[in-house]
Amino acid sequence: MQVFHRSTNTIAKVSIFGGVFIVAASLWVLAEINRSSYNTGQFIEVQQPVQFSHKHHVGDDGIDCRYCHTSVETSNTASIPPTKTCMNCHSQIWADSAYLEIVRASYRDNKPIEWTRVHDLPDYVYFNHSIHVNKGVGCASCHGRVDQMPMVYQAASLQMEWCLACHRAPERFLRPKEKITDMAWNIEADLGEGVAADPFNLLAENKAESRVKLGLQLKQEYRVRNARVLTSCSTCHR
Amino acid sequence: MERFDDPYDDTRIHVTPAVIEPGHTFDSVTDKISALVLRKRTPLGWWVGLAASFVLTNMMLGTIIYLVFTGIGIWGNNQPVGWAFDIINFVWWIGIGHAGTLISAILLLLRQQWRTSINRFAEAMTLFAVACAGLFPLLHTGRPWLAYWLFPYPNTMGIQPQFRSPLMWDVFAVSTYATVSALFWYTGLVPDLATLRDRARSKFGRVVFGMMSLGWRGSARHWARYEVVYLLLAGISTPLVLSVHTIVSFDFAIGIIPGWHTPIFPPYFVAGAIYAGFAMVLTLIIPLRKFYGLEDFITDRHLRNAGKVMLATGLLVAYGYMSEAFIAWYSANKYEQFMMLNRFVGPYAFYYWSLITCNVIVPQLIWIRRVRHSHVMLFVVAMFVNVGMWLERFIIIPISLHRDFLPSSWGMYAPTIFDFTMFFGTIGFFFFLMFLFIRFLPVISIFEMRTMVPEAQIKEEA
Repeated sequence: MQVFHRSTNTIAKVSIFGGVFIVAASLWVLAEINRSSYNTGQFIEVQQPVQFSHKHHVGDDGIDCRYCHTSVETSNTASIPPTKTCMNCHSQIWADSAYLEIVRASYRDNKPIEWTRVHDLPDYVYFNHSIHVNKGVGCASCHGRVDQMPMVYQAASLQMEWCLACHRAPERFLRPKEKITDMAWNIEADLGEGVAADPFNLLAENKAESRVKLGLQLKQEYRVRNARVLTSCSTCHR
Repeated sequence: MERFDDPYDDTRIHVTPAVIEPGHTFDSVTDKISALVLRKRTPLGWWVGLAASFVLTNMMLGTIIYLVFTGIGIWGNNQPVGWAFDIINFVWWIGIGHAGTLISAILLLLRQQWRTSINRFAEAMTLFAVACAGLFPLLHTGRPWLAYWLFPYPNTMGIQPQFRSPLMWDVFAVSTYATVSALFWYTGLVPDLATLRDRARSKFGRVVFGMMSLGWRGSARHWARYEVVYLLLAGISTPLVLSVHTIVSFDFAIGIIPGWHTPIFPPYFVAGAIYAGFAMVLTLIIPLRKFYGLEDFITDRHLRNAGKVMLATGLLVAYGYMSEAFIAWYSANKYEQFMMLNRFVGPYAFYYWSLITCNVIVPQLIWIRRVRHSHVMLFVVAMFVNVGMWLERFIIIPISLHRDFLPSSWGMYAPTIFDFTMFFGTIGFFFFLMFLFIRFLPVISIFEMRTMVPEAQIKEEA
């Protein structure tokens, strides 16, 4: 007496072998979701109470990062500028713009504008801007080309693997301190005449090598600690 | 000696009892074992046992819920005793599982016929014990929902687990152990599930057992493949009997605490595990064979052999205790010596001497034939060993931690009510699974028992 239809044989085999692929596929999907913008917030432009354009202020006007983010070299936070900083210019230019009424209101009422945070690290991570800036990590290395962002978004995933990619080999990202806020800095610019005097592009092939060479030199000069110290748990999780 | 010479004297107690009582045929074996599952009426005693263990299981679940919402601070372990009931119970349960693997794998490879009627049961015991064991380190992490961090997988943290830590080795040892045990158990079940499918009266039974038996038809090809798979799994399981508890012992032996940092730990832990496992086998099969009328299949031979294995491994464990004491003296290391002294006469001395009583003194009764042949006495001794093996881990773990190198950091340990509800809850959970198992699956391997009956003993004709 047979309780199962003949097709059960095939269904059984498919479900056993298929099970393996279904499990593997769902793990892969989970891993992808985990790294996606949906989870990390990477590349998602954040709306602000005033649609302040970094592209205009940094890219077009050429204002240095530190004009507004004053404490970046001395403090753990870069700091959000007070409304007074805006009013330095905007009491004179665009002083009647309806668009900037929120800024003027904030100034009149002595009530800060409530900006929305873009880069939010978890509370169990200790992060200090000044140490990075003083050891040759440029603003753009983490924040991307802010001079090209009308609305600022998070350029990096801010996942731990991203932090460690640099902490394990900082020489690949270091730059001279005087170029810290230079959004467009790259190795060719720094090598300058060397590249210009290289019509056959011989140096470009060694670009990556030159980059690391410069990085190692800077690492020594700025006394950047070794990877063991930089990747020790308690360096960031204090 | 005279009794041996007298062919009409049937009081010859020296004769080894058979592994199956005489008079059984293929049919009677199959009928008797499959009837335990397929019968309509469930005995009242089973309901009582299931209900009692279900209550304890819920006590465990309640504790887990409270623990997850509150944190492991509800347990008594805190500095300097960071490991206590949770780790004791983990090691205790893992150890209990070892008898199942030994019986099913090593005794199979050694062609010990007496394993046949207890292997299914012992393997189930292994699985359920590992399930209980696994709960403790999982909850001890404090955040069980992040327990997958213990496995190396391509994660967004850009780091891998600490492979130099024996706790990591433990993750692999225990998960391998659980996987292989489950596969071994299920593979052994397939032909019996097919028997149940064929004998089930209800359509529901035929469908469920039919799906579980994976299309087994009992053809020669099926059997040939089955034998190969079963032997391979036995071969894979065999090293696990030694490796799993060796790695569990590394959790301690790799540490530098006096009382932990001891090279004898691996063999001593393995012997202890088999000791505890056989004690648990006896604790379970003595009542089971009685209440389910399985005396024909689980005979005096099985009980005596299990008793002997228990005695032998118990002596190995006793050697371990002696070696610890001897090395403490011989090492001339004052921390080791203090550790031993602290066990002998320290604040927890009562538990040390209880351990020696339960694990070393009482089991010596098995040397006496009358004890070995008495089911009640074997059960009593096994209960002592169950308690003793728990005490052994209690002595090793909290007692070593509570007074280490620095007297300024000494402290005392006391469990809380939730340590006990968790521990007794897992005992209830274990029995809950056991009761379900004996009701819904054949407790004895039917097809392997059929090979034991005289009909199966084909003699080659010359």
